[in-house]
Amino acid sequence: MDFAFTHEHEELRQTIRRFMENESPEATVRKLMETEQGYDRKTWDKMASELSLLGLAVPEQYGGAGLGAVELAIAMEEMGRVLFCGPYLASAVLAADALLRTGDDASKKKLLPAIVSGKSIATLALADENGRWDPKAVTMRATRDGSNWKLSGAKNYVLDGHIADSILVAARADDGLGLFHVEGAAAGLQRKPLPTLDLTRKLARLDFSGTPAARVSSADATEALKHTLALASAMLAAEQVGGAQRCLEMSTEYAKTRLQFGRPIGSFQAIKHKCADMLVETEFARSAAYHAAFAIAGNEDVFEAAHLAKSYCSEAYFHAAAENIQIHGGMGFTWEHPAHLYFKRARASIILFGDPAEHRLQLASVLEL
Amino acid sequence: MAQREITEEELRKRVRALLDEAHPDKVDQFTFRGKQYDHGLAWVHFPEGYGGLGISPGMQAIVTEEISKHAKTLYDDMMINAIGIGMGAPTVLTHGTEWMKKNLLRRIFTGEDIWCQLFSEPGAGSDVAGLATRAVREGDYWVVNGQKVWTSLAHLSKWAMLLARTNPDAPKHSGMSYFLLDMESPGVEVRPLHQITGEAEFNEVFLTDVKIPADRMMGREGEGWKVALTTLMNERTAIGGGGPTRRGAGSIGVLMNLWKSREKGQFSPEAEILMRDRITRLYIESELLRMTSQRAKAARKAGNPGPEGSVAKLAQAELNKRIWECAMDVMGPDSLVYEPGYTRRRPTSRAREGRNSLSKYQFLRARANSIEGGTSEVMRNILGERVLGLPGEPRSDKDVPWKQIPRSA
Repeated sequence: MDFAFTHEHEELRQTIRRFMENESPEATVRKLMETEQGYDRKTWDKMASELSLLGLAVPEQYGGAGLGAVELAIAMEEMGRVLFCGPYLASAVLAADALLRTGDDASKKKLLPAIVSGKSIATLALADENGRWDPKAVTMRATRDGSNWKLSGAKNYVLDGHIADSILVAARADDGLGLFHVEGAAAGLQRKPLPTLDLTRKLARLDFSGTPAARVSSADATEALKHTLALASAMLAAEQVGGAQRCLEMSTEYAKTRLQFGRPIGSFQAIKHKCADMLVETEFARSAAYHAAFAIAGNEDVFEAAHLAKSYCSEAYFHAAAENIQIHGGMGFTWEHPAHLYFKRARASIILFGDPAEHRLQLASVLEL
Repeated sequence: MAQREITEEELRKRVRALLDEAHPDKVDQFTFRGKQYDHGLAWVHFPEGYGGLGISPGMQAIVTEEISKHAKTLYDDMMINAIGIGMGAPTVLTHGTEWMKKNLLRRIFTGEDIWCQLFSEPGAGSDVAGLATRAVREGDYWVVNGQKVWTSLAHLSKWAMLLARTNPDAPKHSGMSYFLLDMESPGVEVRPLHQITGEAEFNEVFLTDVKIPADRMMGREGEGWKVALTTLMNERTAIGGGGPTRRGAGSIGVLMNLWKSREKGQFSPEAEILMRDRITRLYIESELLRMTSQRAKAARKAGNPGPEGSVAKLAQAELNKRIWECAMDVMGPDSLVYEPGYTRRRPTSRAREGRNSLSKYQFLRARANSIEGGTSEVMRNILGERVLGLPGEPRSDKDVPWKQIPRSA
């Protein structure tokens, strides 16, 4: 498999980087993380209208840019660099992909254009009470109600679930796992924002009691949702690479300028070697995430690549974020310094979509170990 | 070096012309490789007349591929003359005299002259530039005294690349000169150096009043370090090649096969879970080493080499040690047995096949991965300073005469 980014890819990256530097500086991140909504409406609209980011991997017939996983990974990496606050992973990755993979043409036509234009924020509610991101583990029931359906039960740790206009819910129907569309304002739906460890990414708990829902597709959604999770894992891995790279840069910069014992701390091998190890792990993580993006775009070894990327990048990012605090010393432990924001994002994204050990277990079974 | 344009098809045509003239299945190694050199297909990025065509080094793969299409005999440069081809030839090309280029390059490529490298000393390991072997000018000769160590292939070599101190009053880096040494000269004594595996892959070389003609110096007097850097840069490229070339090849492949062929009941179900996770981790890192090297190659091709290349040596050394440690655990009690014992043999080539207890041998041999060609500690310094731009350690050995620097006995 070839890994090479094209000239167009590099331009896309530069465009997104400039946009993110302008729209999501640290001050904005800190402002948004203190809000319940957790995103800025104006920025979100610009992402749709100026950069077509919200439908990057959505086919043109539904209003999207018609690109794929590689471009999506570039966007995620750049957002990870600045800890962008917004429902991108929920709406443009999870919900859009779940719809594309499971939806019939009518539901795609109905829901996708609004997601792409930013008019509607969507999310995927997959994990039940226990928080397992595994289609097979879903126990929530869907019952028929004439030509429509009703949902009862709980969905937990739903990304941006409290602000979503459209919620795609995985639930068991009499004929298998179904994907259902629920309006954010539907009757019988209670949404509770969770006080999150990582303030820069919002989660909610959703309680359904006979909530009206429309089925998005008739086929069993298990396989399709496994693919969506593979994509989401790979995209989260790309975001982790962006964060890890930023931590490495912060550490290196600080090690060059912080003076102790009469010289820059980066001249001490104890610090220098930490930075060197972070560099190795960040480059490995980059290989993993890029490989997964290209694998998904080429539909080749998708699961192997995604499990590999999510397990490795999770640990590499966390390690970089943790070492970043250590290298900054007391300063890195303060609320004012951004090190803790990266540390918390890294820690939370370890768990999201399955922890590293779970992904290695899945990889081992693909490899028949 | 100005690069010419030549199409892939044209290059393949040249290879077929070579095969018409001398076919590796029909003539011996020296004859075939000699012709390959004459056709400019030895190292295609070298200039014409010196075994090349002055084209991009990436095109060498096409030569190999075309030969393998038409012949069963395929020579491996690493087996034939690893140091001569990997490091000697580029150094001769960059710094050698006309005489050296004309008389040495072809015989390096054919394998008629094996080469070795005399840099490391008992008192100069990571700090090669601190070396103490002395060369003193006497008339038309330099007279050399000292001891070198960790010299692969010295017992088979015709020529050595020798770094020696010609001015102990100068600061360490500017007091060295680089010589081409005929290993058959009087006063050169090669002794096998037995290593952790019991065998002697390397040698010690003792130099006692060895006379080297003055015109065998490479580069100018006092500029030996500059020449040595050319050699060392090529060493890192040769060693830090970057792990497996295809998925699951190399040491990780051996480990996975060991695991898959374990005996039923060897591990408890709980231990199986732990071991499987450990092997999966090693597989992941092996894959990432391979992919990172692939990215490095692509970046070099595109003309903007990034940090990917520099991480390979460090990552591979550390990973390889962990892979073989894991292999020992997979073998369990069987790893207590080292058959057929420590033979204290002296391999005649770099070939490893035919050895019993391959994995156990590799477990021991792998300890050198993070020492040879730059220790992992030195590699981390290089990554920190040259890639990340961190400041160096304050140094007490830089601007003082070499002879005033404290040294290990």
